[in-house]
Amino acid sequence: MSNYSEESILNYLGPYKGDASAVLRSLQLVQELLGYVPDSALDLVAKNCNVSRAEVYGVFTFYSDFRSTAPAKAVVKVCVAEACQASGCASLISELHDKGYDIHKGTVKADIQMEQTFCLGNCALGPAAMVNGKPIGRATSASILAAAKVAAK
Amino acid sequence: MIKVFVPLDSAALSMGADEVATAISERIGSQDVTVIRTGSRGMLWLEPLVEVETAAGRIGYANVSVDMVPELFVSDFLSGADHKSKIGLVQDHEFLKSQNRITFSRVGIIDPLSIADYESHGGLAGLRKALTMSATSIVEQVTESGLRGRGGAGFPAGIKWQTVLNTESDQKYICCNADEGDSGTFADRMLMEGDPFTLIEGMIIAGIAVGATKGLIYVRSEYPHAIDILNRAIAVAKEHKLLGESVLGSAFEFELEVRVGAGSYVCGEETAMLESLEGKRGMVRAKPPIPALVGLFGKPTVINNVMTLSAVPMILADGAAAYQALGDERSRGTQVFQLAGNIKQGGIVEVAFGVTLGELIDTYGGGTLTGRPVKTVQIGGPLGAYLGKDSWTVAMGYESLAQAGGMLGHGGIVVFDDTVNMAKQARFAMEFCAEESCGKCTPCRIGSTRGVEVIDRIVAGEEQSKNLELLEDLCEVMADGSLCAMGGLTPLPVRSALKLFPADFGIKSGVK
Ligand SMILES: Cc1cc2nc3c(=O)[nH]c(=O)nc-3n(C[C@H](O)[C@H](O)[C@H](O)COP(=O)(O)O)c2cc1C
Ligand code: SF4
Ligand code: FES
Repeated sequence: MSNYSEESILNYLGPYKGDASAVLRSLQLVQELLGYVPDSALDLVAKNCNVSRAEVYGVFTFYSDFRSTAPAKAVVKVCVAEACQASGCASLISELHDKGYDIHKGTVKADIQMEQTFCLGNCALGPAAMVNGKPIGRATSASILAAAKVAAK
Repeated sequence: MIKVFVPLDSAALSMGADEVATAISERIGSQDVTVIRTGSRGMLWLEPLVEVETAAGRIGYANVSVDMVPELFVSDFLSGADHKSKIGLVQDHEFLKSQNRITFSRVGIIDPLSIADYESHGGLAGLRKALTMSATSIVEQVTESGLRGRGGAGFPAGIKWQTVLNTESDQKYICCNADEGDSGTFADRMLMEGDPFTLIEGMIIAGIAVGATKGLIYVRSEYPHAIDILNRAIAVAKEHKLLGESVLGSAFEFELEVRVGAGSYVCGEETAMLESLEGKRGMVRAKPPIPALVGLFGKPTVINNVMTLSAVPMILADGAAAYQALGDERSRGTQVFQLAGNIKQGGIVEVAFGVTLGELIDTYGGGTLTGRPVKTVQIGGPLGAYLGKDSWTVAMGYESLAQAGGMLGHGGIVVFDDTVNMAKQARFAMEFCAEESCGKCTPCRIGSTRGVEVIDRIVAGEEQSKNLELLEDLCEVMADGSLCAMGGLTPLPVRSALKLFPADFGIKSGVK
C-alpha cells in the first residue's frame, strides 16, 4: 500500500475502532491517505469497525467516489448534468474526446484523468469542471487542459 | 484603511477570483489597504466582482482578471474611480435592488468566518431571542411563519419540529441536508461558503426547540470549499461558545459536525442520507416510520435543507409575522431562486413567492446567454418538469407550480435555448435515474433502463404508437411503484418533454 504500512493505516483508523457506523468515514480516510482504496484496506476497515468484509465491500461499491486503483496526478471532473448541457458541455466533451480523453470511460493520458460528474454547483457558469478540487467555470477544452497540465506536474 | 472585497465563493474562484485577490494584494505595497474575502453577491455573470468601500458605499468592478489589476490601480479604483469594469454601487444594481434578501442578506457582504461581522449585520439576534423562549413557543414561531421545506417536498417545518419535540427520547438529532444534488442548484453551497454562521445558528435554534444536542451537516463531496469553510466556521463557533456544553452561557448544549457524502445523488433523499450518516450504503428506507420519530440511529431526528434551517434565525429575530407577511397563498416567505444553464445573468434571486417565471427568466435573467429564444426551462432539478413559454405567467409557489404541471423542488431553474433536443433530455432523465437509483425498487432500477431503450426506439421511428404506449406504461409503473421520488418523479421530465415537444421525438402529427 504505497507508503503506508498496514500498521500506520490502522493507526489512522484508530478513532473509529469498534464503530460500525464509521465504515464510510473509514473508507474515505483511506482514500484520502492513499488516493484509492486497495483491496487489502477493505479487510483492515472491516476488522477495525468490527463488521464483515462483505458489508465494507457493499459500501465501497455503492458510492461512486471510491477508486480501487490509484488515480492519475491530475483528476479532472467534467459536469454532464442538465444546466451544463444547456450551456454546451456536449461540444466540450467531444473536443476532449478528440484530444484523447473519453470522460465517460475515465481515460488516463499524460498523468491526466478525465471523468464525468453530475453537477458541481456551478450551474450558472457552465460548462463546469474541476481539476484536483479547483473549480473551472465557462470551461473550454483549452482551459481544462491548461489547468490539468499544471496539476499533473 | 481602505477595504477591498474579493469573493471566495467557488463560482467566483472558477473565474479566477483567487488569482485576482493575490494580484491585488501584491500591488498594495505600503498603502493602508486590506483585502477581505467574502461570499458572492450571487450576480455570477459578473464574477470575479471586486468591491471597494467608499464613503458612498461599496463600488463594484466586474469580471476582473489578473491582467486588469495594474490598470485598476492606475485608474485609482481604490477611491472608487471610473474604469470600464466599474458597475457603480453594488447594492443599487438592477439585479439586486428589487430582491428581498432575507436568508441571503449577508452573503457577499461579510467575511464568512468573522463572528464580529456576523453580529454587526444582525447575526445571533434570533438565537438570543430563542434562548429567552420556551421550546414550544420557538416551534410555534416556526409554524406560524409558514416556513416549508426548501429541499424539495415542501413539508411545513414547524409541524416536523413539533413531532420531534413531542417525542420522548434520551437523544435527538438535527440533520442538515446539504447534499444539493439537483442540477441547476447552488444556493446551499453559496450560503455555506458565504455565511455559514446563519446555518449554524439555525441548527442551534432547531436543537433548542426540539431538545436535540447533536447536529450533523451532510455535505456532498463535490463541495470541497463549502466543507472547508463549514469546518472552520464550526471551530470559530466553538471558540465563541456558540457550540459546546453551554450555548452562549445558557443551560443548552449543542455539538455540530460536518459529514461528507461520497458521490451519490440518492443520498439526498432523507432516509438514504440517514443510512449514509450511519456509514452504510445509501439505500432508501421505507416510511413509516418517519425520521421525526425514528431517524438517525433510530432516534427522533429533524431533517431539514440548508435553506430551511437558514431561514430560521431571521424568523426568530424579526418574528413569524414578518416572514409570513411575504409570499403567495400557501407559499410563505422568500424563495432563493437559482438561475442556471443558458442564461445571460445567472445567479441568486431571493424574492417573495409569487414572482412569475417570466420575470425571473427575462427581467432578472436577461434571457439566454446565446441570445437565442428560450425553448424550455427545467425547474426543480433532474426530477422536475420541463415547462414551455406558456408557463411564463405562472406565479412561483409550491401549489401554483404543481398546478402548471411542474415542481418547485430546491428552486433551481435551468434555461435552454431553441437548439435543445427534448428527446435527448427525456433520455437523459431515464439514464440519470438508472445511474443513481439505489436499486431497491424494480420500476426505478429496471424501468429506467427500459425507458432509455424505448425512447431510442421512438426516436428511431420504430413502431412509434406501440412504443409511445409502452413509454407511458413504464412512466405509470415508475410513478406508482417506486418507494421514493427518484423513481417516482423521473416520469415528470420525460412526460413533460414529450407532451410539449413531440416533434423532437420524431413523432409525426397524427401518431397516437
Ligand atoms: C432522490 C432525492 C434526492 C433528494 N435530494 C435532496 C437534496 O440534495 N437536498 C435536500 O435538502 N433534499 C433532498 N431531497 C428531499 C429530502 O428527501 C427531504 O425531503 C428534505 O431534505 C427535507 O428537508 P426540508 O423539509 O427542509 O426540505 C431529495 C429527495 C429525493 C427523493
Ligand atoms: S425509487 Fe429508486 S431510488 Fe427510490 S427507493 Fe426505489 S429504487 Fe431506490
Ligand atoms: S449542472 Fe453542471 S455544475 Fe451544476
